[in-house]
Amino acid sequence: MTADTALAIPPYQADDQDIVVELQARFGADTFTLQPTRTGMPVLWVPRARLIEVLSFLRQVSKPYVMLYDLHGVDERLRTQRRGLPAADFSVFYHLLSIERNSDVMIKVALREGDLNVPTATGIWPNANWYEREVWDLYGITFAGHPHLTRLLMPPTWEGHPLRKDYPARATEFDPFSLSAAKQDLEQEALRFKPEDWGMKRGSEHEDYMFLNLGPNHPSAHGAFRIILQLDGEEIVDCVPEIGYHHRGAEKMAERQSWHSFIPYTDRIDYLGGVMNNLPYVLAVEKLAGIKVPDRVDFIRVMLAEFFRITSHLLFLGTYIQDVGAMTPVFFTFTDRQRAYQVIEAITGFRLHPAWYRIGGVAHDLPRGWDRLVKEFVDWLPKRLDEYEKAALKNSILIGRTKGVAQYNTKEALEWGVTGAGLRATGLDFDLRKARPYSGYENFEFEVPLAHSGDAYDRCLVRVEEMRQSIRIIDQCLRNMPEGPYKADHPLTTPPPKERTLQHIETLITHFLQVSWGPVMPANESFQMIEATKGINSYYLTSDGSTMSYRTRIRTPSFAHLQQIPAVIRGSMVPDLIAYLGSIDFVMADVDR
Amino acid sequence: MSWFTPEVIAVIVGVLKAIVILLAVVVCGALLSFVERRLLALWQDRYGPNRVGPFGMFQIAADMLKMFFKEDWTPPFADRLIFTLAPVVAMSALLIAFAVIPITETWGVADLNIGLLFFFAMAGLTVYAVLFAGWSSNNKFALLGALRASAQTLSYEVFLGLSLMGIVAQVGSFNMRDIVDYQAQNLWFIIPQFLGFCTFFIAGVAVTHRHPFDQPEAEQELADGYHIEYAGMKWGMFFVGEYIGIVLISALLVTLFFGGWHGPFGILPQLSFVWFALKTCFFIMLFILLRASIPRPRYDQMMSFGWKFCLPLTLLNLLVTGALVLAAQ
Repeated sequence: MTADTALAIPPYQADDQDIVVELQARFGADTFTLQPTRTGMPVLWVPRARLIEVLSFLRQVSKPYVMLYDLHGVDERLRTQRRGLPAADFSVFYHLLSIERNSDVMIKVALREGDLNVPTATGIWPNANWYEREVWDLYGITFAGHPHLTRLLMPPTWEGHPLRKDYPARATEFDPFSLSAAKQDLEQEALRFKPEDWGMKRGSEHEDYMFLNLGPNHPSAHGAFRIILQLDGEEIVDCVPEIGYHHRGAEKMAERQSWHSFIPYTDRIDYLGGVMNNLPYVLAVEKLAGIKVPDRVDFIRVMLAEFFRITSHLLFLGTYIQDVGAMTPVFFTFTDRQRAYQVIEAITGFRLHPAWYRIGGVAHDLPRGWDRLVKEFVDWLPKRLDEYEKAALKNSILIGRTKGVAQYNTKEALEWGVTGAGLRATGLDFDLRKARPYSGYENFEFEVPLAHSGDAYDRCLVRVEEMRQSIRIIDQCLRNMPEGPYKADHPLTTPPPKERTLQHIETLITHFLQVSWGPVMPANESFQMIEATKGINSYYLTSDGSTMSYRTRIRTPSFAHLQQIPAVIRGSMVPDLIAYLGSIDFVMADVDR
Repeated sequence: MSWFTPEVIAVIVGVLKAIVILLAVVVCGALLSFVERRLLALWQDRYGPNRVGPFGMFQIAADMLKMFFKEDWTPPFADRLIFTLAPVVAMSALLIAFAVIPITETWGVADLNIGLLFFFAMAGLTVYAVLFAGWSSNNKFALLGALRASAQTLSYEVFLGLSLMGIVAQVGSFNMRDIVDYQAQNLWFIIPQFLGFCTFFIAGVAVTHRHPFDQPEAEQELADGYHIEYAGMKWGMFFVGEYIGIVLISALLVTLFFGGWHGPFGILPQLSFVWFALKTCFFIMLFILLRASIPRPRYDQMMSFGWKFCLPLTLLNLLVTGALVLAAQ
């Protein structure tokens, strides 16, 4: 599969039962336990002994599941509503994505507490590596045959596995912290760099390599991100990215916040994405609740999400050009972002993190005069984009620095779980807004920008064109904004509509409970993925019928993109790595959560 | 007062002139940091330093105060002697080279008959500053910067010299004043030696390690490269040294290609210093504009640009000039 033989994407198939039939025909119906969910895909429990067989089959079946979209665990011990499911203390789930079917399947494995061990899937999908490390880190589940099963997000000296239900979520639940001299020595010693611990060699027969520690504080690392480079001159022989410096335990926090009060945390996952982060979360919660939002809500959400796509891409554009050495454009793109934030601020009251979407609607209706502000921005930006293209992107030095640099093809991109502009720059037309429309994107006219060589330059061109398309979408929102309520009329809408509370005691009581405790979501599982600023972002929610989520899995695009770095950059030079990092467009909060 | 002979007075006046020029150049170099920031800001849609004094003019005083009182820290793992020597070389080499620049007909420090060669020698020394700094810092980023710098200076020095040989061939002298006089009588060298001008300008930017030839200190890659471990006044000397380099190269461009202190078409010959200063300022601005406007090529691309494009161009220029000079005789 290369850029030349572009894949045709069929219409999205929610709850695609074809693969269930195929699987049952191949392995027998009694191998699987089917779990009914609202995730929009078949969920099958598989006995551990047959897991690798099943996964390999799915990888090789006709119209294969080429992408390991997500892999993580669940602590099932406290879950009460699990009738019909295999007995389990922990489970591991594999979320697989097929481009040619345009459908997903989820495979789950049940584990018992004394025997937390699963065979590794790194032989089938290379990107299982980091996911399995994270599961070991956070749940203590080991993966037999994994090449380098060490902690990923937590420091190497950490004790315990934080996502387990018996692990405290708050500092106040721990004993007071003290740092003894011995402990300090231990921590210091753990910081010493030993190439062997990272799976690297100190040298070959004839030469010693130089190890360069790039980050976690380096001007081009775009946040607290560290890469150990194994250099031969300026050529990168090997490199190991290290993440976790920005880990805040968002998934753990989700288990202690009400469904409503978790919304502000989502803003801070991809901190440049603003309300775009709210979208997959509220959509997934609405699936659990069974809420259908009014058209106006869809339009408002789409409009603001596209605004944030533009601000995020503008930041990308400025810093990307700066990473290849031109210092000026970033100031201009920040001026443009300021223009966008004026509109965002007028509508939501906040700039970077509005936390403005609500379960079943948005926080407020659009303010008076919003259309004039939006119009000004829609008129302003395209001219500026033309200017950037002329002044910076057609510059021969910039082209020389980025064309053919850090190139990968569609097949490699899918293997590593790459989504978003990085995938479309290889020529694959996979944009969720078209391929799997959500929140009413099917009502808008826009194109999906593509490029074909999959290098650092193409990734930039795709994003610039995406901004133009976002302007088109915003313009359509501006001209066709439907009238109507900004909240769904549904008992689980949060905060609930208040109009009838003063006439109706039952409504008042429900309103009171919902505002003080938060809404109770029916026990089930739901899932929503969206085309976020940096790739596909999704929330996989498990409700146990409570005011809080039982498990919130946040799959972020940047995590997958960073894992791919060594595979792409080996054999290139240090400046190429910098151009590549700039072209990925990641933020560390989106990687570490 | 019998020892106040005219010779002694001439020496004293010469020394005084030299001191004035030295101070003027150093002050110019320091002031440039402010000028650069304001100019960059102007082109970048922002204000730049505008709070200290009128138009932010006293920013430079504030910066210098800060720099003087900063801890002069030498990392314990560094080689102390060489570590201290590096900034001294960085600042002094190009400052000394300024001695050969004739500012006006009567002003100038030294009138060497090998003026150009003296400049080449001093420009060649500047690489030691970077090498010493990169090596003695005992830091990998600094080392990579120093490696790049030595490769770069080596490659660009080759045609830095060759690019001016056309002028030397035409004038028949290495003396700066002869070169200026020749231009006043004939054409400014920017026209007959246009290729020489282009390559010399490129090489000159490379010698000062200014953008886009700042690979040795590329912030985005090496996080400031060779001077990453420096602080306080030592860092300040690298900093001022870089600006002195800009002033020097600009002054050289004016002297060698734009008729030195002469105005165009002999207009207002009495304003010789003004002409010189104006033209020099123009090239200084060009240096800053370069930094504001273009990205940085990769270091191997820059090397191949030097060897595969600039060097053949200078050789061609020299060949043609040589042939013409011979034909004229």
